[in-house]
Amino acid sequence: MAGKTLYDKLWDSHVVRQEADGTCLLYIDRHLIHEVTSPQAFDGLRLAGRKLWRDQSVVAVPDHNTPTRNWDREIEDPVARLQVNTLDNNIREFGALSYFPFRHAKQGIIHVIAPENGLILPGMTVVCGDSHTATHGAFGALAHGIGTSEVEHVLATQTLIQKKSRAMQVRVDGQLGAGVTAKDVALAIIGRIGTAGGTGYCIEFAGSAIAGLTMEGRMTVCNLAIEAGARAGLVAVDEATVAYLKGRPHAPTGEDWDKAVAYWKTLHSDADAHFDAVVEIKAEDIQPQVTWGTSPEQVLAIGERVPDPAQEADAAKRAGIERALAYMGLQGGTPISEIAIDKVFIGSCTNSRIEDLRAAAAVVKGKTVAGTVKLALVVPGSGIVKRQAEAEGLDRIFTAAGFEWREPGCSMCLAMNDDRLSPGERCASTSNRNFEGRQGPGGRTHLVSPAMAAAAAIAGHFVDVRHI
Amino acid sequence: MKAFTPFNGIVCPIDRANIDTDAIIPKQFLKSILRSGFGPYLFDEWRYADHGEVGMDCSKRPLKADFALNQPRYQGAEILLARDNFGCGSSREHAVWALENYGFRAIIAPSFADIFFSNAFKNGLLPIVAPAEVVERLFGECAANEGYRLAVDLAEQKVTTPSGFSFGFDITPQRKESLLKGLDEIGFTLKHADEIRAFEAARKAEQPWLWRAAASGSAG
Ligand code: SF4
Repeated sequence: MAGKTLYDKLWDSHVVRQEADGTCLLYIDRHLIHEVTSPQAFDGLRLAGRKLWRDQSVVAVPDHNTPTRNWDREIEDPVARLQVNTLDNNIREFGALSYFPFRHAKQGIIHVIAPENGLILPGMTVVCGDSHTATHGAFGALAHGIGTSEVEHVLATQTLIQKKSRAMQVRVDGQLGAGVTAKDVALAIIGRIGTAGGTGYCIEFAGSAIAGLTMEGRMTVCNLAIEAGARAGLVAVDEATVAYLKGRPHAPTGEDWDKAVAYWKTLHSDADAHFDAVVEIKAEDIQPQVTWGTSPEQVLAIGERVPDPAQEADAAKRAGIERALAYMGLQGGTPISEIAIDKVFIGSCTNSRIEDLRAAAAVVKGKTVAGTVKLALVVPGSGIVKRQAEAEGLDRIFTAAGFEWREPGCSMCLAMNDDRLSPGERCASTSNRNFEGRQGPGGRTHLVSPAMAAAAAIAGHFVDVRHI
Repeated sequence: MKAFTPFNGIVCPIDRANIDTDAIIPKQFLKSILRSGFGPYLFDEWRYADHGEVGMDCSKRPLKADFALNQPRYQGAEILLARDNFGCGSSREHAVWALENYGFRAIIAPSFADIFFSNAFKNGLLPIVAPAEVVERLFGECAANEGYRLAVDLAEQKVTTPSGFSFGFDITPQRKESLLKGLDEIGFTLKHADEIRAFEAARKAEQPWLWRAAASGSAG
């Protein structure tokens, strides 16, 4: 009999019961909550007179709507304020293990604060009413996004009704070149398999280049699994995982720690495990990536040119390229490096951790944001990241160059607060979605790594970070 | 969810096909944080002469007199009668919440959009698929008779008109049981509460660290 994949191990250890048609009731260890997708779930509980099954599994924070400046005042937007206050009230009424209210010293993006506080542990199942929950697969945890009805279901029953996905392995072997980051790896994978390539799969990222990434880098890669269509991404537990967790506030201690580590070390795919699909990529082939269109799969290496629809024989694909180019205001055949930008956003649950800010600051140091760039924003992922960056002097490097240094939150990743693009504005962004209107109605988003975003801010257009 | 009992309800006809979820509850109401309270905004653009926003007092808003929901003869309606492809468009569960909150318990149409159809069951609203000629007949009888009612019996899977004409409808056994017992998906899962508890106890014995609060307390 073939060995088990990491996904098999995580799945099997959480099945409470299985129906004849394969539908399972899966036990959930950690439930992450934010203000936008939870109010109706709590309201549903209230209407039905239900309580939380296990309030100590809940970790909550407002992040999507919160402003990134003027923290000396209440939130101005009444809709945002009401959502944030509603989360406050719901947590007060129903309880939680950890709550990080607006302006708390550790507040930030849910997918940044949960790991940094040791609230995500290997072997857990993790859910959140948010598709980028896939991030936490970096810890060898089975993590996926769920809808509001499912949020309510998990709150009330500690379980999720699920069918098992198929298993895909994406292997990246070799040595990444200088200036090539986890973000470039993830975008290159999406460029290869497409945004539907992972649909119906749980993707395990493996190979020496993945093992060589820091935990921050692995989180970036898993975060983008959803953009490849997979509900969950995974990376096996290794020494880096264990070292990252040691001493975190909610990590186990003493005898618990030793037992936990012994168990965590079993959380990898067996050598003879069977995957339903395998994709192999050579690390040496990956260049710094820039998206040119309105889907993350519309991505190219910095040295390439925007596709020319005239060269595309397939009529449907040609129409797709034309539509994306029209929205993005680009001419086919334009070199990526000639695309000028209006704004820069360094942040989001994909790239707002300390390592990301260090990489961007290293590019920016001693330089100035181009005069044609109207706004260059750095939004740290959490209060902890922000203070760490300030202790290292990164904030001063950014502000001296002309960047704005903001308070933590989702910010211009989805533009629910007042950080957004105006119609037609073009942005170099470290976030995860370049959909039409994502960063503001009519806004044009190009996804890049933090170092590439920083380099674009200085040059005023995209530029190969390896050549500056 | 309340148990779905047999009832004899007033029918409100909206003679249109492809009634989409944006018509049922326009997008500005999705900003609301509640699951309840959508009833007054049901069919907002068709129902009111002004533009609606969350939080408006609908009792003071100008009505479009000829829209069915505003006509005296259909007040208190519990059954909505419509044409093909009811509930198409976005997946918003708010559409079901609005219909249910207004007071509708069943919707009769020749066909429904998929997601709306399954969302309806999750919230105790019964979508009844009836043959087009039956729907045609109901529209006719409804127009001709003020105070027109239909008797809906889920256990028997049968709808009966005042004249005694009746027709059956299909429903899966699990959905039927959920509605009859007032079990939503959560209620269904909670039937297995003992299994969940047993699983949890075993897990706690194996990985006790997942149950310990942090040494630093729970304030973040
Ligand atoms: S940073 Fe962006 S993608 Fe991440 S949770 Fe916030 S809004 Fe979602």
